[in-house]
Amino acid sequence: MGLFILRRLGLMILTALCLTFIVFWLTNLLPNLEKLAKTQGNARMSDEAVVSWLENRGYGQPTLIKYGEWLGVLPGYVIEGQDGTVRARCAPIGAEVDDTTPAFCGVLQGDWGQSTVFRNPVSEIIATRLGLTGKLMGFVLLLMIPGALIIGVLAGMREGSRLDRGLSTVSIMSTATPEYVSGVVLIAVFATPTFGMQFFKGTATSAMENATFENFLLPVVTIALYGMGYIARMTRASMTEVMTAQYVRTARLKGVSFTNIVMKHALRNALIAPFTVIMLQVPWLLNGVVIVETLFNYKGFGWTLVQAASNNDIELLLGVSVVSVFVVLFTQLISDIGYVFLNPRIRIS
Amino acid sequence: MEELSWTGSFGSTLIPAITIASAVFLAGVILQLVMGFFAPEVKLQANTDGTLQSRGGLLGQLEKINGQVFTLIVLLGAAIIVVSWFMPYGKAGILGEIIKRFLPVWIALIVTFALSITFKRKLGLYGKLFDSTIGMIGFALVMFWVFTSIFVGVFDLIATHDPLQQISGIKNKTPGFPVPDGQDADFYPHYLLGGDNLARDIFSRVVHGSVIVMLIAPLATVFAFMVGITLGLPAGYHGGKLDTFLSFVANLILAFPVILLFYLLVTPEIVATGLPNFMGAFLFIFPLIFCGVLINSRYKTQGSKNTLYLAIVLVPLVLIYLMVISDTASPLVVWPPALDFIAIPSGILVVFVSVVFVNSPTVFRIVRGLALDIKTRDYVAAAQTRGEGTWYIMLWEILPNARGPLIVDFCLRIGYTTILLGTLGFFGLGLPPESPDWGSTINEGRKLLLIYAHPALPPAIALLSLVLGLNLLADGLREESLKD
Amino acid sequence: MDKAPYDGPILEIDRLSISFFTRLREIPAVMNFSASLQPGEALGIVGESGCGKSTVALGVMQDLGVNGRIVGGSIKFKGREMNTMTREELRDIRGSEIAMIYQEPMASLNPAMRIGKQLMEVPMIHEGVSKEDAYARALEVVTDVKLPDPERMLNSFPHQLSGGQQQRIVIAMALMSKPSLLILDEPTTALDVTVEAAVVELVKDLGKKYGTSMLFISHNLGLVLETCDRICVMYSGEAVERGTIEGVFDEMRHPYTQALFRSIPLPGADKNARPLVAIPGNFPLPHERPTGCNFGPRCDYFEAGRCDQGHIFMEDTGFDHETRCLRHAEIDWNAPLVAGAQTEKPAPGRVVLKMDNLKKYYEVAASALFSGGSTKVVKANETLTFEARESETLAIVGESGCGKSTFAKVLMGLETATSGEILLDNKSIGDIPIEKRDTKTIADVQMVFQNPFDTLNPSMTVGRQIMRALEIFKIGKNDGERRARMLDLLDLVKLPREFAGRMPRQLSGGQKQRVGIARAFAGDARIVVADEPVSALDVSVQAAVTDLLMEIQREHKTTLLFISHDLSIVRYLSDRVMVMYLGHVVEMGTTDQVFSPPYHPYTEALLSAVPIADTKVKKKHIVLEGDIPSAMNPPPGCPFQTRCNWKDKAGRTKCETEVPVVRTLANGHQIKCHLTDADMAEMEPVIQMAAE
Repeated sequence: MGLFILRRLGLMILTALCLTFIVFWLTNLLPNLEKLAKTQGNARMSDEAVVSWLENRGYGQPTLIKYGEWLGVLPGYVIEGQDGTVRARCAPIGAEVDDTTPAFCGVLQGDWGQSTVFRNPVSEIIATRLGLTGKLMGFVLLLMIPGALIIGVLAGMREGSRLDRGLSTVSIMSTATPEYVSGVVLIAVFATPTFGMQFFKGTATSAMENATFENFLLPVVTIALYGMGYIARMTRASMTEVMTAQYVRTARLKGVSFTNIVMKHALRNALIAPFTVIMLQVPWLLNGVVIVETLFNYKGFGWTLVQAASNNDIELLLGVSVVSVFVVLFTQLISDIGYVFLNPRIRIS
Repeated sequence: MEELSWTGSFGSTLIPAITIASAVFLAGVILQLVMGFFAPEVKLQANTDGTLQSRGGLLGQLEKINGQVFTLIVLLGAAIIVVSWFMPYGKAGILGEIIKRFLPVWIALIVTFALSITFKRKLGLYGKLFDSTIGMIGFALVMFWVFTSIFVGVFDLIATHDPLQQISGIKNKTPGFPVPDGQDADFYPHYLLGGDNLARDIFSRVVHGSVIVMLIAPLATVFAFMVGITLGLPAGYHGGKLDTFLSFVANLILAFPVILLFYLLVTPEIVATGLPNFMGAFLFIFPLIFCGVLINSRYKTQGSKNTLYLAIVLVPLVLIYLMVISDTASPLVVWPPALDFIAIPSGILVVFVSVVFVNSPTVFRIVRGLALDIKTRDYVAAAQTRGEGTWYIMLWEILPNARGPLIVDFCLRIGYTTILLGTLGFFGLGLPPESPDWGSTINEGRKLLLIYAHPALPPAIALLSLVLGLNLLADGLREESLKD
Repeated sequence: MDKAPYDGPILEIDRLSISFFTRLREIPAVMNFSASLQPGEALGIVGESGCGKSTVALGVMQDLGVNGRIVGGSIKFKGREMNTMTREELRDIRGSEIAMIYQEPMASLNPAMRIGKQLMEVPMIHEGVSKEDAYARALEVVTDVKLPDPERMLNSFPHQLSGGQQQRIVIAMALMSKPSLLILDEPTTALDVTVEAAVVELVKDLGKKYGTSMLFISHNLGLVLETCDRICVMYSGEAVERGTIEGVFDEMRHPYTQALFRSIPLPGADKNARPLVAIPGNFPLPHERPTGCNFGPRCDYFEAGRCDQGHIFMEDTGFDHETRCLRHAEIDWNAPLVAGAQTEKPAPGRVVLKMDNLKKYYEVAASALFSGGSTKVVKANETLTFEARESETLAIVGESGCGKSTFAKVLMGLETATSGEILLDNKSIGDIPIEKRDTKTIADVQMVFQNPFDTLNPSMTVGRQIMRALEIFKIGKNDGERRARMLDLLDLVKLPREFAGRMPRQLSGGQKQRVGIARAFAGDARIVVADEPVSALDVSVQAAVTDLLMEIQREHKTTLLFISHDLSIVRYLSDRVMVMYLGHVVEMGTTDQVFSPPYHPYTEALLSAVPIADTKVKKKHIVLEGDIPSAMNPPPGCPFQTRCNWKDKAGRTKCETEVPVVRTLANGHQIKCHLTDADMAEMEPVIQMAAE
C-alpha cells in the first residue's frame, strides 16, 4: 500500500512538472513576452527596445533555464543590462543586487513571484483567493454530494419505476444545463424584477465578507446543479447494476427486507463507482467556479485566473496553474486510495 | 406598428388552458411519486382470465387521469402551432409569430417523424429509438435545431433580420418592440425577442447562432472520435509501453483545467505564433490515417482493389487536408495559396482545434476500455489464429462491436462540445465578439443582466434545449440498444 | 418464526403456468407444471436450456422479476398457498423455510461484506437470535460443510476463497436456518469436475443430516441420477415425464427422454460402431411452439393428425410414472436402436504433428495493483512430448489451470514456446509467431472455439466471415470463386445456403458452432484444435456437432486435437488421450489404456468424479480433498501430491519433494507417478457395468 501511494505520488509530480512546463512555455512564447514588455514598459516601444527590455529582465534566456529558475532548481539570473543597471531575479524590484541576494528563488523556495496586475506577491493573492473559493466549494459539496447520492440511490433502487423516470429526467436536465446557462436563468428569474420573484441578489461580491442565504445561494446552487445531475446518473447506473446482481437476489431470497437490502447490501457496492466520479468531478467543478465567480463577481480563485489570463500576468498565471494542477492531481490520488479502501476485492489481495 | 404582446389573442384561451393543464399534470406526477412509496406492490399472480393485475384504487385512477392530462397538453400545444398559422400577422402575439417563423422546421420535423415511425422496424437501432418516449423527445429537440440551422444557413429562412444589423432606437428594448418607421416595406416590423445592447435583433441572432453550433460541434466531435479511436484501439489492444505512454499523455491533458487551457491557447498572441495551425495539422491527420488503415487492412489481400479504393478516398482527403491546414496568415504554408480554396477564419480554427484537443483524451479512454474488453472475445482469437493483421482486428473485428457505447457517447459528446463552445463564447475567447453564437450572445447579455434580463435568456434556453435533446437522445439510444 | 411440525408434502405445485410479458407479446415460460415433494425427498428437474426449469424454481421463490407473472395454478408450501402471500409472509419463509443455491457462487455472495456477516444475517433476521448465537451457529455450519479453518473463513471476503470454497459457503448460508426445502439451481455447473463431485457428495450428506427436501435443477442426467430420488424431465416449458429415478432411467416412456439418452455418450458408445443419435431439428422458441405435442416436429414416433391436435395431458403409465405422450402405450420401448451409419475405424496415417519437450513459462507481476517489480514464473506447460497422426483424434483432458489452453495458443502461434520444438511435417514452428508463419501453415492449423455466442463476430454476416477466412488464406481468384467455395463450406457443415446472408444473432448455438467449424476448415485445415467445442451446447445438440466433426475428419483425414474436461465425450470419440494437471502431462495412452487400470491417481479420481447417466454403471467412489492449486503457486514435488489419495503408498516425502519421471508401461502407455508397478497392478477399474 505504501509503495502504491509512493508510485502515485511520483507519477503525480511528473505530471505536475509536465503541466507546469507547458503552461510556462505557453506563457513565455515571444508574442506574450512582447505584450508584457509593452504593458509593463511603454506601449509605444520600438522592437529593439522590447528586445532589450526582455533581455535585461532575463526573459531572453532559453525556456528550460527560465523554467529551472522559476522552479528554483537553477540559480536566478543576474544580468547587467545595456542600460547599465544590474538586475537579478532574486532581488526585489528597485533593490540593489549584492551579496545578500539569494542565489535561488523559485517555487521550491516559496518565492512565487510578483503579480503584475495586483502588484502583490503571487503567494499572498493565491492564499486569500483560494480561501474564498474554498468557502464556495465547501457549500457546493455540502449541497451537491448528499443531494446527488440520494437522488441516484432512490432512482436506481427500483429501475424503471415512476420515481426512477422522474428523478432521471431531472438529473438529465441538470447535466444539460451548464453553469453559464443556469446562472443566467437563475439570476434573471430570482434576482431581477422581470418575473416578479426577486428573492436573491444577483451578485455575490458581498458574500466574500459575509455570506448570507440571500447573496450566496444562487452561486452555490448554480455550481451544484451541473455536477449533481452527473453524479446522480452515475450513482443510479451503479445502483441499478447492483440491484440486479445475483447477491442482491440471494439477500432477497434470504428474507432480507427491501430497506435492508438497499442499505446493507446494495449501498456500499453501489457507491464504489460514484466515489471515483465524485473525486474526478472536483477538477471539473473548477470550470464551474471560474464561470460562476465571473458571473456573480465573486473575487475568488477562478476570478483571479480570469484576471491573470486576460492580462497576461505570467507569474500569477503560473501560480494559479500550479495550484489547480495540484488540486486535480490530489483529488485523483484521493480517489485512487479511497477506491482501494471501499473495495475489499482490491484492498486484500 | 404596435408593440406585440407575448401571447396575442391566445392570451385568454389556449395559453391559460395549457398552463393549467401543465400545473395539474405536474401536481399529479408528484402526488403519484409520493403515493408510490406507500402503495402495495403489484401482485405476482395474474387474473384468472390471464390478464395482468393493474393497479387499482386511488393510485390507479390517478395514473389514468395523468395520462389523459398529458395527452391534453400535447393536443393543446399542437393546437397553438396549427391555429397560429391561420391568424393574421400580429394577432397571435410574439409566441405565435415565432411559431410561424419556424414553419419550415415544423414541416420537416413532421415529415421526418412520419417516415421514421412508418418504417421503424426496418431501420435498426435508429428505428428502435421511436419506441422510447425519452428518445423521441430528445430526437425532436435535436432535429429542431438541425433543421433550423439548415434553413437559416442554407436557405436564409426563419431569421427576421440580419444578425449583425443595428437599428438605432431599439437598444435593449423588450420583446415585441416594433421597428421604427422609415424602413423598407418588406422589412420585418418587429424585434420578436427584443434588441440587445447594440440594438441587434435577438431572435435572429439566436437562430443564426444555431448555424455556428451545428457547424462546429458535430464536426469537432467527429474529429475527436477519429483521434480517440485511432490512438485508443492500439492502446487497448496491444497494451504495454504504448498504452502506458498514451494513457499518461491523455491523463496529462485531462488533468489540465479546461478553462486555463482555453485561455492559454485561444489568445491572439498564441494564435500569432501559429501554434493552433500546427496542432490542427497534427489532429487533422488522424482522419486520413483512420480511413487509410481502414481500407488497407480490409483489402490488403486484393492488391488492385486496394489501390483503387485507397486512391478514391485518400486523394481528395489529402487535398482537403492540405488546403485546411495551409494558412497564409500563419507560418504553416504547405500548399500554394493560389490553389487554397478552403480558408478557415483563424478564430474558428483555433476554437475547433482546442475543442478537439480537449475531447480526444476522453474518447481515447472510452475506446481503450472497450478494446480491452472486446479483445478477449473468441472471434478476436479466431481472427488472430487465421493470421489477420492487428489493424484489421482492431478496425473490423473490435470497432464495429464497440459501436453501441460509442454512438451513445457521440451524442453526449456533441452536447458537451456545445457546452464547451458556449464556455469559450462566455469568456469572449476565440470567435469574433460580434459573432451570433450562443455563448458570445449570453456573454453579451449577462453584462447587463441585472437591468435587462431579456437578451441573455433566449440563447441560454436555446443552448439548454439542444444539449438536453442530445442527452435525452443518448439516453433513449442507450436504453434501446440494451434491450436486445 | 415457529416451524410448526407438518406431515404432508413439503411442496405441492399444481398446474403452474408462468409467463413473461414483453412489449410485444406474452412469452409462456412454464405451462401446467405439477410436482410434489415429500419431506426428505430429492426431486430432480432435468431439461435443456430454455425449457423453463429455472423459472419453476424462481416461481416457487415468488421472485420472477419485473416482467414475470404466475398466470395460473398454485404453489403450496406445507399446505399454504404461496401465490397469495403478502410480502411479509414471503420474507418470513424465504431463507428460513426455503433456501436457494445458484450456479455462480462468486456472484451470489456480496463482495463487500465479510462472509461471517452474510451467514449470521440469516438467523438474526428470522429467529432474532443474538450476534453471539448467530456466530456460533455460523461456525458450526461452516464446519459442517467441511471448510478448513472456519474462523478465518468467517472473517474473509468472498474473493479470497476459491470457487469450490465459495460454493460451500453458499451451501452453508442456505443451511443456516435449517430449511425444510432447498432449491439448487445448477449448483455445480461452474465448478471443475473433481470439485463438483465433492460438493455433490456434501449436499447429499447434509440433506440427509438436516432432513431437508431438495429440488435439484440440472441439465446433467448423470448428476440427477447420483443425487435424486425422483426426476421430472422438462421440454419447452412442460413436464414431459415424471417418475422415480429407476423408472425413468430404465423404462422411459417419452420419446424426448429416450432421444436424450441416446444422444449422450454413455460407456459403450463408440464413434464407429455405435454412434450417437442426435435429435433432429431445433428447440422451438417460446412463441413458436407447435400445436399439440411440443416435441412433435422432432419426434421419431410423430403421427400427423394425432400428435399435432390440441393439448396433450399427462398420462399415468403405471406405478408412480407419468408421461405426456399420446402414443406411450403403442411404442415398443425396448426395440433396439436402429444403428446409425456404422463406419470403419480409419487407420491412423503418418505423423503430422510432433511435440518435443515443449515448455511454456510466463512471467507475471506478482500482484497486479501493488506491484513492486517482482515477477513470478508461471509454468503453464511442462515438457510436453507427443505426436499426432493423420486422421487421429487426440484428446487433451484436464480441469481449469491445467495448461491446455496455453498449449493451444503455442501451437497456433499466438504465443511462442519457451523451449522445445513443435514440428509440423518435420518443420519446426514452435518459435515462429503467427505473423511470421506462411499462409499454408496458418491455414493448416486451425481452431474451433468453445463459446458459440462468442465465436462469431456479431456485426458481420455469416457468409462474409467465411469469405474473409478464404481471402486471408488466399483461396479463390475473385469474389465469385470465393463465394462458391463459401457455399460449399456451408453445405459441408449441413447448414442451408440462405444462412450466408444471416447475422450471427439469428442463429442458434449449435448453428453458430457449425459456422465456426466451416470457418476453421476454410483453408482445408489438416490439424484442428477443438477447444471444448460442444461443452457450452445443449445435450441434444452436442451429439450432432460432435458427429459433424467426426464426419469431416473422416473425409479430410484431419488430425483432431480435442480439448475437453468431459471424460464421457472423450471416451466416445478419441483414439488417444492425454491427461494434464497443472501444466504436467500425468498420463497418456490410447483411450482403452487410459480408461482402464492402471491409472494415474488423478485420472482415477477424474473418472470417478464424472457423473454417468446409467443406472447399470457401478463406480468406485473417490473424492478428492481440497481444490486445484493455483498455477501461479504450484506445490513442490509431484503437482498432484496435495490431493492424492495414494500418497501414503508411494511414500509421502518422495511425492512432496520429487517431480516423478514419466514411465512407459505396456504399449506406449505413459504415467507420471511415483507408484511402483506392483501398486499400479493393484488398481481396480473405476467404472464397471453391472452384469446385464
